[in-house]
Amino acid sequence: MATQAFRPCGDFKSSYAADQTIFPTAWSRNFCILGVVLVAAAPFLVDRYVLSLLIQIGYLGIAALGLNILVGFTGQISIGHAVFFGFGGFASCFLNGKAGIPPILSIPLAGLMTTAVGLVFGIPAARLKGLYLAIATLAAQFILLDFFGRAEWFTGGSNGTVADPVSLFGFKFDHDESFLYVVLFYVVVLYVAAANLMRTRDGRALVAVRDYYLAAEMMGVNLTKYRTLSFGISSFYAGIGGALYAHYLGFMSIEGLDISFSIQFLAMVIIGGLGSIMGTLMGTAFMVLLPQGVNFLARSLDGSAIDHALGLHEGLPFLREMAIGAAIILFLIFEPDGLAHRWKQIKAYWKLYPFSY
Amino acid sequence: MSIEPASMPAAAIPVEPAPLLAVNNLEVVYSDVILVLRGLNLKVPEGEIVALLGANGAGKSTTLKAISGLLKAEDGQITRGDVLFQGERMNGYEPDQIVRRGIFQVMEGRRIVADMSVHENLRLGAHTRRDKGVKDDLDMVYGYFPRLRERTGLAGYLSGGEQQMLAIGRALMTNPRLLILDEATEGLAPLVRAEIWRVLQRLKDGGQAILLIDKNVAALTRLAERHYIIEKGRIAWSGSSAELKADAALQKRYLGV
Repeated sequence: MATQAFRPCGDFKSSYAADQTIFPTAWSRNFCILGVVLVAAAPFLVDRYVLSLLIQIGYLGIAALGLNILVGFTGQISIGHAVFFGFGGFASCFLNGKAGIPPILSIPLAGLMTTAVGLVFGIPAARLKGLYLAIATLAAQFILLDFFGRAEWFTGGSNGTVADPVSLFGFKFDHDESFLYVVLFYVVVLYVAAANLMRTRDGRALVAVRDYYLAAEMMGVNLTKYRTLSFGISSFYAGIGGALYAHYLGFMSIEGLDISFSIQFLAMVIIGGLGSIMGTLMGTAFMVLLPQGVNFLARSLDGSAIDHALGLHEGLPFLREMAIGAAIILFLIFEPDGLAHRWKQIKAYWKLYPFSY
Repeated sequence: MSIEPASMPAAAIPVEPAPLLAVNNLEVVYSDVILVLRGLNLKVPEGEIVALLGANGAGKSTTLKAISGLLKAEDGQITRGDVLFQGERMNGYEPDQIVRRGIFQVMEGRRIVADMSVHENLRLGAHTRRDKGVKDDLDMVYGYFPRLRERTGLAGYLSGGEQQMLAIGRALMTNPRLLILDEATEGLAPLVRAEIWRVLQRLKDGGQAILLIDKNVAALTRLAERHYIIEKGRIAWSGSSAELKADAALQKRYLGV
């Protein structure tokens, strides 16, 4: 996607090919590489608590990117993303436990199985728009959640199901320190793939469907095909994210896959910035760190007069939910383009400082 | 003076070859009740430019939408008649199938994708193509509209005239057998109009068949071979540029010029 970004002085694009590179400037590329290196060095730098947060941001970020491709790039909506995330987790456990496929293969296979399920739900959804589509995806949320509860052969029912740790050539990625690299690998591969997708014929078609579906149709873009395809891609990302989650915890259960989890995915995408790939990661980080921040705040207030007055201890879960709700509302009002946009503003500010006018 | 389809003057072409596009007795209804086209006939021969004229609401755009399969978006449908393209009946085809068969329409209002660059918009135009000629055609479009090559950044920031050039360029990227233009030069500055007319003339010289709507009768009589005047969903008159130019009464009555 070409974007109007501020570039350093003298950095002009003299061809359309240069305008379409994944990274607009050498610095943005170096910045991404630096980020990857920093995360790769994290096990030696930070404690396990921070690592677990990084891993969470990783697998949730993958699933959220899928939703952003659907919502941000194709202009569809889904309020059932959590069940596709869950399906990926269960599918990988099933392939691993029942069919004996090692996790290193079962994770991508689970992604493909989730794609198939996503395509099935995408077919009716491709003919719907707006509110009607929202309701249709809500149906997917409840149908699949119900299926997870009943299909004991697949999910282990209410008991859940166990998952082996990821292993490669006898090495087990069963600690936070090592599993981080598995997640990092998937994050890098899938984020680069998404950035690339937007530069291809199919990526252009998706954006055209979002911006001007009539224009897209006139251009020979088959709307039904691309809307369904977008559901498939989105489900693939969700499935991979869910499978990573299952093998990280070593256990997958139906708990937590309810609609509020789906809404949280939407929150990540909205807060991060619709249609922004890096923004998705920022939004996910925000949503993962927000509860931690609320916890921290509550702990630091522990025992104080405010705590006595409000009973923060008992109210912590509610406080968390309220903080998430407030964050979404505040972002919709003050920063509808998300963190990605804010980040751009900050960069522009420093680039133009002190002569911003 | 009787102005009925039956008394149309004979076409200038002595032996009529099978036309590229033939619209026969077309009837279009919106929302199941509003009858807009009442048995409309027209032909676009291979390599010719054909213009549709008429007052607002006469059914010009509806005719074009019916040909491109775009009525569904406005709850319209063809209730009678045929659209034949190269002998194939196109009624009921989806718009993308029609594009694949070689009819491409530049709709009124340009409808470029604002969040994409010029280049991406042009590449989007080539969506249906798999052949190797896309790169050459990109150069061809930049040759027709050199100023598009200069523009980096998003297409939404282009001026109206540049957007229309981009819309036409994007249409050419589909490599159409028949190019349809709805209001080719509406709302553009005179110099930009002149540029677009020049490009259409060059396309015509290259053998491109075009069916277009425009309000500029003088420019149309220079460019187009054949004109159809639509009134109340029927063809009220048709004839060559010379016939249209010669008939002052006709121009006064239907076109107000």
